[in-house]
Amino acid sequence: MSVLTDDTLPAGPRSIRDEMIVFAAMAALLAAVPLTGIYPFFVMQALCFALLACAFNLLIGYGGLLSFGHAMFLGSAGYFTAHALKVWGVSPELGILIGTVGAAGIGVITGVVAIRRQGIYFSMITLALSQLLYFIYLQTPFTHGEDGIQGIPQGYLFGIFNLAKPTVLYYVILVGFLGGFLLIFRTINSPFGEVLKAIRENEPRAISLGYKTDQYKLLAYILSGTLAGFAGSLKVFVAQNASLTDVHWTMSGEIVLMTLVGGLGTVFGPVVGAFVIIAMQQYLAGFGQWVTVIQGVIFVVCVLTFRRGVVGEIAHYFRRSL
Amino acid sequence: MQALYAQLLVGLINGSFYALLSLGLAVIFGMLNIINFAHGAVYMMGAFCAYFLLNVMGIGYWPALIIAPIAVGIFGMILERTMLQWLAGLDHLYGLLLTFGMALIIQGIFQNYFGSSGLPYAIPDELRGGMNLGFMFLPIYRGWVVVFSLIVCIATWYLIEKTRLGANLRAATENPTLVRAFGINVPRMITLTYGLGVGLAALAGVLSAPINQVRPLMGADLIIVVFAVVVIGGMGSIMGSIITGFALGVIEGLTKYFYPEASNTVVFVLMVLVLLVKPTGLTGRATT
Amino acid sequence: MINRISALLLGTALAFGASSAALAQDKAVKIGVLTDNSGLYSDLGGAGSTLAAQMAVEDSGLAAKGWKIDVISADHQNKPDIAVNTARQWIDVDKVDIFVDVLNSGVALAVNNLVKEKNGVMINTGAATSDLTNTQCSPNTIHWVYDTYMLANSTGQALVKAGGDTWYFLTADYAFGHALERDTAAVVLKSGGKVIGTVRHPLNTADFSSFLLQAQASKAKIVGMANAGGDTTNTIKQASEFGIVAGGQKLAGLLLFINDVHSLGLKVAQGLNLTETFYWDLNDGTRAFSKRFSERMKNKAQPSMIQAGVYSGLVHYFKAIEAMGGNPHDGIKVVEKMKSMPTDDPLFGKGTIRVDGRKIHPAYLFEVKKPTDSKGPWDYYKLIGTTPGEQAFRPLSESACPLLKK
Repeated sequence: MSVLTDDTLPAGPRSIRDEMIVFAAMAALLAAVPLTGIYPFFVMQALCFALLACAFNLLIGYGGLLSFGHAMFLGSAGYFTAHALKVWGVSPELGILIGTVGAAGIGVITGVVAIRRQGIYFSMITLALSQLLYFIYLQTPFTHGEDGIQGIPQGYLFGIFNLAKPTVLYYVILVGFLGGFLLIFRTINSPFGEVLKAIRENEPRAISLGYKTDQYKLLAYILSGTLAGFAGSLKVFVAQNASLTDVHWTMSGEIVLMTLVGGLGTVFGPVVGAFVIIAMQQYLAGFGQWVTVIQGVIFVVCVLTFRRGVVGEIAHYFRRSL
Repeated sequence: MQALYAQLLVGLINGSFYALLSLGLAVIFGMLNIINFAHGAVYMMGAFCAYFLLNVMGIGYWPALIIAPIAVGIFGMILERTMLQWLAGLDHLYGLLLTFGMALIIQGIFQNYFGSSGLPYAIPDELRGGMNLGFMFLPIYRGWVVVFSLIVCIATWYLIEKTRLGANLRAATENPTLVRAFGINVPRMITLTYGLGVGLAALAGVLSAPINQVRPLMGADLIIVVFAVVVIGGMGSIMGSIITGFALGVIEGLTKYFYPEASNTVVFVLMVLVLLVKPTGLTGRATT
Repeated sequence: MINRISALLLGTALAFGASSAALAQDKAVKIGVLTDNSGLYSDLGGAGSTLAAQMAVEDSGLAAKGWKIDVISADHQNKPDIAVNTARQWIDVDKVDIFVDVLNSGVALAVNNLVKEKNGVMINTGAATSDLTNTQCSPNTIHWVYDTYMLANSTGQALVKAGGDTWYFLTADYAFGHALERDTAAVVLKSGGKVIGTVRHPLNTADFSSFLLQAQASKAKIVGMANAGGDTTNTIKQASEFGIVAGGQKLAGLLLFINDVHSLGLKVAQGLNLTETFYWDLNDGTRAFSKRFSERMKNKAQPSMIQAGVYSGLVHYFKAIEAMGGNPHDGIKVVEKMKSMPTDDPLFGKGTIRVDGRKIHPAYLFEVKKPTDSKGPWDYYKLIGTTPGEQAFRPLSESACPLLKK
């Protein structure tokens, strides 16, 4: 019952040293972005989605649970943060906290329901739950329905950093991304992560070894949702709005796509996938609905011939885990 | 009280679409172990097919009721042969991802060529007008939809549960290797089953064309509701999915009367309740 | 690795953009048509809006006078975040001076904020929300074609006057629907009518039968549809099935466009009342423009009022920047210039732009023709009333626009 068969798992032993080297290189590269004159908003947005995809990957890649409703964490946290910043006028750090904690709360509530089934049922249930939230947000006044919450003040983080300045904002987002990434990295290398992988590979055996697998899965689900919410809260400062788009099922589909393209169950795959998909959306925006078709084609091609994803293929080639 | 009867009847109409769609999903799931995410897209294709038959070839509603499901069913079988069959042996989730991709492609292409605002499809002359039932004005076409879907649902149930073909089918689900040993061509059977499920969705599409606009996204949101219906009913039994489909349509209809604000969330809320009480679904067997 | 490659690609692409912008001259402007090229509203704006912008450029004759005018367009997919990203990049990298179309209220409000922050210009011809010239008004934005207040006002007033004094509302259950219902109900009451009931339906409902049954049971003379897009067309279609219009009740569309009527077909849409500020067959001026327009459209469609607004707005914009002589990159100044000049074009006639950014012109109440009265494709409307511009829109005395306090 595992999602990742031999076919998809990177061969070779995992090497934390290799991964740390790649991580350092990635961090250095990203830190240098503002010096290159690259348009920072593109990278910021991609970073938010990268963190989101990493959080999603924690669940599918290590827990074997395919959530088709991760947009609910992104969108909910976005709404909470946006509302707190705009209406209550709280400071940015508090806004992020409110959004993230709110997403965690949603994770607890939906997790208790969703975790009761596995496999495709889990996917369908998460999808239905996120659709339920979508309709609720559509009707509750505080989200302003289709108009969304607009013109959100960015403010000063900790009273010092002026988030209205693109460069400052960029580094704040980068730090948030790297922090979230390290937390996920730490989780999958912890005993908790090992148990998760054991459940993914063979749940009955894990149960027979005395693990309460449901609790592990629920915890993984909540952690994943919380981090996805954290990404959603950060995104509010980049986009300066919160809208229904981020709760819609198409967004959940995009999250899945990013992770699939980068490589399910790889450490760096979701980051690469997010950059690829966001860049594609940006540069193909002129093609209108063909973007949807192209995304669909990527889905099909990935599933049929490219199940390891970009990073998975590279790792497989070098016989390393990345 | 009169209004209540009217709402019950109206709920049955929606229930017909839920039943036809969840039946198709259950048939496909039973044989292929795949949740067909493209189900909403093929439902839409059914409606478009009827539209083309009428406007390009001048073929009316009645022939379309047979031609469109067969045409879309053949399209589905081609998809199964060219793509889905390569996923045999992989985790079921890949089937979900693949069909999701196919849905995006199909819907995207239709949106490109036909925009989003929808195309009109007239009610056939024979079914135009309505009957005054005393407590409501029932458009004849809607009455027809309920009756006809009920017949199709029962016929499908009979085919699968009571005929030899159906017996083979069910046997192949349980133990494909054994059935193959009896000289039955299992892959062909899988293809035909997928075609049947897809054809049922297309049929629902043709039925809905005169009621709803023919739109590229007409199936996209509907399918998520149907997923919830399937989770509630459980996909273990054909009859179960039919009954849950109709029942949820009626419950939704009642919600529209008593508390319209919740009418598009009621199915999801019910799903949550059912999961909390009986996680396997109302008729479902314990599966993973 | 992939990161670095894409970063390099990005870098070169952006450097390229920057160098071409450096060549920009004083008499160069770039028009950005930000619209829905593929989704629900692509027939209303989309490629037609880009065409209308190009026609305005060609007709302006500014090229001959040494101006360099470029039109670029992008699909915002009805997503505010994609729209803002595109708009920000257009301003920062592509040096776009003016945004047109920008349909979808959520998108419009988001872009409105950005354009104000970056001191650009937006001539919004697509969005319905009257907030653009009310609480959210901006010195950089002109709201050109229509808004919810005007639609409610014109349709509500005229129908009550014509004897439709009892109303039942079918309202989409979200902010936009509520606002439309509230505004219309106020007008109905003010004009001496009565609202006898309301039913709220969820957005994107496929089946309206139970709501229509309730409307039918209410016996109200007018069933007001405070919804939009697919919801409205579905309501109309199913209303004809349940014999609402045949039973003597009237349907009033509060936000409905000619393209919706086109997709519904006259058989279903006949007898509907609706308000627009432009119709291709109004007079010689509109007919001449529409003929040229439809000849260049892929599907030979007539212009919608949103597309006509793009043309009309740009005609006025060109007059203003020509009068300024050059260097039209200070958004507030350009908009002030535009507000100081009276507008006049063949599509919307003579008009003005108010301090709050509201463009003023007459509103027309139409009735959809019977199939037998229609002489051909797109011959859909019968004009049954005109509201002068000054009465059609929200009076300044009721406006909460901060610009008025200065």
